[in-house]
Amino acid sequence: MRKATVLLLAFLALAGCGRVWNDPYPAIERDANILYSSFTERPKTLDPAKSYTSDEWDFISQIYEPPLQYHYLKRPYELIPQSAAAMPVVRYIDANGVALKADAAARDVAYSDYEIRIRPGIQFQPHPAFAKGADGQPLYLGLTEDDIKRRFILADFPQTGTRELIAEDYVYQIKRLAHPRLSSPVFSHIADYVVGLKELGALLQEANKNIVAAHQAKFGASDQGPPWIDLREFALRGVTVVDRYTYRIRVKGKYPQFLFWLAMPFFAPVPVEAEQFYTQRGMNDGRNLTLEWYPVGTGPYMLAENNPNARMVLTRNPHFRGEAYPAEGAPGDREEGLLVEAGKIAPFIDRIVYARERESIPYWNKFLQGYYDRSGVDSDQFDQAVKISFEGEAALSEDMERRGIQLRTSVGTSTFYMSFNYLDPVVGGPSARKLRQAISIAMDWEEFITIFQNGRGLPGMGPIPPGIFGHLEGEASINPIVYDWVDGKPRRKPIEAAKRLLAEAGYPSGRDAKTGAPLVLYLDTVQRGPGDKARLDWYRRQFAKLDIQLEIRATDWNRFQEKLRKGNTQLFFIGWNADYPDPENFLFLLHGDQGQSKFSGENRANYSNAEFDSLFDRMKGLPNGPDRQAVISRMVRIAQDDAPWLFAYHPKDYRLMHAWLKNVKPNQMARNGIKFQRIDVAERAAKREAWNGPVWWPVIALIVLLGASAIPAYAGYRRRERMAARRAPVRA
Amino acid sequence: MFAYIIRRLAYAIPILIGVNILTFALFFVVNTPDDMARMQLGAKRVTPEAIEKWKLEHGYDRPLLFNSEAAGIERIASTIFFEKSVKLFALDFGNADDGRSIGHEIRTRMWASLALAIPVFLVGLAVHVTFALILAFFRGSYLDFWGVVVCVAMMSISSLFYIIGGQYLVSKLLALVPISGYAAGMDAWKFVILPVVIGVIHNIGSSTRWYRTVFLEEIFKDYVRTARAKGLSERVIMFRHVLKNGMIPILTGVVVVIPSLFLGSLVTESFFGIPGLGTYTIEAINSQDFGVVRSMVFLGSVLYIVGLIATDISYTLVDPRVRFD
Repeated sequence: MRKATVLLLAFLALAGCGRVWNDPYPAIERDANILYSSFTERPKTLDPAKSYTSDEWDFISQIYEPPLQYHYLKRPYELIPQSAAAMPVVRYIDANGVALKADAAARDVAYSDYEIRIRPGIQFQPHPAFAKGADGQPLYLGLTEDDIKRRFILADFPQTGTRELIAEDYVYQIKRLAHPRLSSPVFSHIADYVVGLKELGALLQEANKNIVAAHQAKFGASDQGPPWIDLREFALRGVTVVDRYTYRIRVKGKYPQFLFWLAMPFFAPVPVEAEQFYTQRGMNDGRNLTLEWYPVGTGPYMLAENNPNARMVLTRNPHFRGEAYPAEGAPGDREEGLLVEAGKIAPFIDRIVYARERESIPYWNKFLQGYYDRSGVDSDQFDQAVKISFEGEAALSEDMERRGIQLRTSVGTSTFYMSFNYLDPVVGGPSARKLRQAISIAMDWEEFITIFQNGRGLPGMGPIPPGIFGHLEGEASINPIVYDWVDGKPRRKPIEAAKRLLAEAGYPSGRDAKTGAPLVLYLDTVQRGPGDKARLDWYRRQFAKLDIQLEIRATDWNRFQEKLRKGNTQLFFIGWNADYPDPENFLFLLHGDQGQSKFSGENRANYSNAEFDSLFDRMKGLPNGPDRQAVISRMVRIAQDDAPWLFAYHPKDYRLMHAWLKNVKPNQMARNGIKFQRIDVAERAAKREAWNGPVWWPVIALIVLLGASAIPAYAGYRRRERMAARRAPVRA
Repeated sequence: MFAYIIRRLAYAIPILIGVNILTFALFFVVNTPDDMARMQLGAKRVTPEAIEKWKLEHGYDRPLLFNSEAAGIERIASTIFFEKSVKLFALDFGNADDGRSIGHEIRTRMWASLALAIPVFLVGLAVHVTFALILAFFRGSYLDFWGVVVCVAMMSISSLFYIIGGQYLVSKLLALVPISGYAAGMDAWKFVILPVVIGVIHNIGSSTRWYRTVFLEEIFKDYVRTARAKGLSERVIMFRHVLKNGMIPILTGVVVVIPSLFLGSLVTESFFGIPGLGTYTIEAINSQDFGVVRSMVFLGSVLYIVGLIATDISYTLVDPRVRFD
């Protein structure tokens, strides 16, 4: 007995001296160079032609390499070559095929040719699609159903190979955007620009119909394996291979924003062998052996484990050529230590493990324990992590500082707004301008940001967020309909000004001047739960300042979207996150041709203004500079004056990271920066051990307590066992 | 018995058809195929053509229940309902809207659900029955009184409290097990031990009270008095006689849930990051994936029917008076 007690105490003493019990990772990973991150939503697809969500891009941006990328450190965002050898050469051509000067006016430009030369020698990641036998023939590109029947994961194809990246791979992917079986979300938009893509789409649609019909006649209507369509056999007029490493894209008109598209996964190379491999009959028969599940790229990492229910694992691509850490950055980067690694060859991290975390509480606690290297800041944890000074500056709480956690903030390239439906007879059209202006003044978004965003946001002055060309600072930036410039800062106009505008709009004291009926407006919103009540009450209070009654029409997401599409709304709240850092990507949301109800576009307000539309068409083709700024300022001024949106706010992004994670700079546009990050593995292991020493005494105390309570229980049991029979109660 | 089981299985067919129709109707009252397409295609730059294409590819381009443009049997057969429902009866679940095999997902995820559910069930049953027997043994004492009070208090607390409190206390403050996560095989123990303990504790209140009531009812029966009169000890009476005779009402509630253990727990799996079937179902509901929703509802119905049949069979094992004929 005494020996057992000594052993137990020794075990507990050892347990308390550094052994970590709550580590969710295998012991073998303790000193490994691994970045631990998390994801909430399982990715729907990792196919670069289809994927269009930031969650999915977190993965595929490490795997696929479009020709261009955003500079990791420089701000404003700057495009630089990635797999391209240099920035694309752009040539402008008129309707007669004559080359124009680089500064040609947009109206003269019929086509723009983008010639892209890629770096020679780039290799694809190891993959069975490239495997070849001793005879030089592909090992796995002519498999029968029987060959595939016994294989369920990619590792069941043991041989792998690689090959050099060539221009044809980029052209193949652009053709994939028109593939009828892929339904690429950007096909319609890109087809409006890339010459011949729309025609290719129609051609492929027809070809696919015949192929599928023949296939279904043979295998039945529900068969999952229609054969491969070799897109190399279909010409795409506007996209040509110039030589092994060069390709050219012809775009209609002058569309400088096309360069930004070349930094998105939609334009990353996909090898023809991969598609041929995955479309073999039987691959998609419940096995998920598809390009959507197993990507094939040239980037610094490759997907080693795809288990979206639990975790996704990326490992270093052994064929990656290496990329030098940037030698220049934005002002202040050197002081923050972001240029210490300048010129060193990345990637620095061997593996990235993304664990699935659906709930914020366990995720946050694991971050605090050191089991995640970085974290966002949820509203629930905001007060624990961040303190806001009287000047409105965000700083870490003492607890976070004690742990050595760092805070990085950046303003998101997003705009949230409350929109009027411009087609609505009450709040829409030019006649209701003053009504909209009055409401613009009454809605106190500064208060909204304080209450509902924990101060994480900047009040909106126009559609363009900070950090994007066209957004101005200082007095020139303010919305003069809503703000005055007082003492060097914007001040919201008094509510009396709003009431005056309301009276001029025909609603003095919130009543129709002709009928005397109270003005009732309707806000359509998605009701997500009881937590929304405070926000909706706040909206009502803002309108009540003008004696306007606001009725909330809560619905589900589907019906809400349907109402927007059909234009059956008066007011709604929504946001837009930039595809690329150009004002065109925000101002197009107010372009008449984008009206959602009429043209199924992204202009959900259905706003229309001839001057705005005309200026937009001009602005689109201008290079960044004073001319473009002047046009943008005029457009923003029109939008402020017409007030189809209540410009609510631009959110601020707060990121926390442990001290052992180095070289981190938030980048709202790019997600491929992990290759430049570094982990001090020894520091992490030491901190984890220090923070997670097991505490056993409460468990021992509980066991002792239970043991002690067993004694009186046993005594009671014995007493009852020995108890004589009691006399039955005497009945009357 | 064989004839009885066959008869019960035959009764199940109309029930399953009814469940299928009800699931279909409820789902499509709330969602349209267009909504499903939009959910899968995302919020940005979705054109009507892309939606039509998605519906065509996923078999949602047909009428829901009746195809007036078709002729003969095709009026029924060429509909979304027929296409998506008939194969279920052969346990062919088809693919989810993201193109992945539902059958494969179920086969993969059920082990994680079982790794959690089976220990909770077995340990829970043992602990709850033991506590109930102790309370029944000490009936009328302070221990019984305060035991019932504690049970009522524990019943009144939300499961979320146990989960969040348990994670905070055991994983964060005491740092004894990981807060969340999962590993397959033998490594799973360190991830499931806390949710199992929480699952057992969470159900102590309701289960112990119920079992105590059952045992108390037995304790006052004539055969117990006779056993006492014969001089049997209380321990023998409780464990050999009262426990055995109290099993019928217990089995009614217990055996029926055994097949449903496959379906997992929505909240526990979500908070502990266990990739089981509970989270699969809730994700499908959130993403409006009809294929998965109907498969899980169908599977749940089948398992429930199997559970009811198993309950009937179990009666014959614990009570010789019960016979199928």
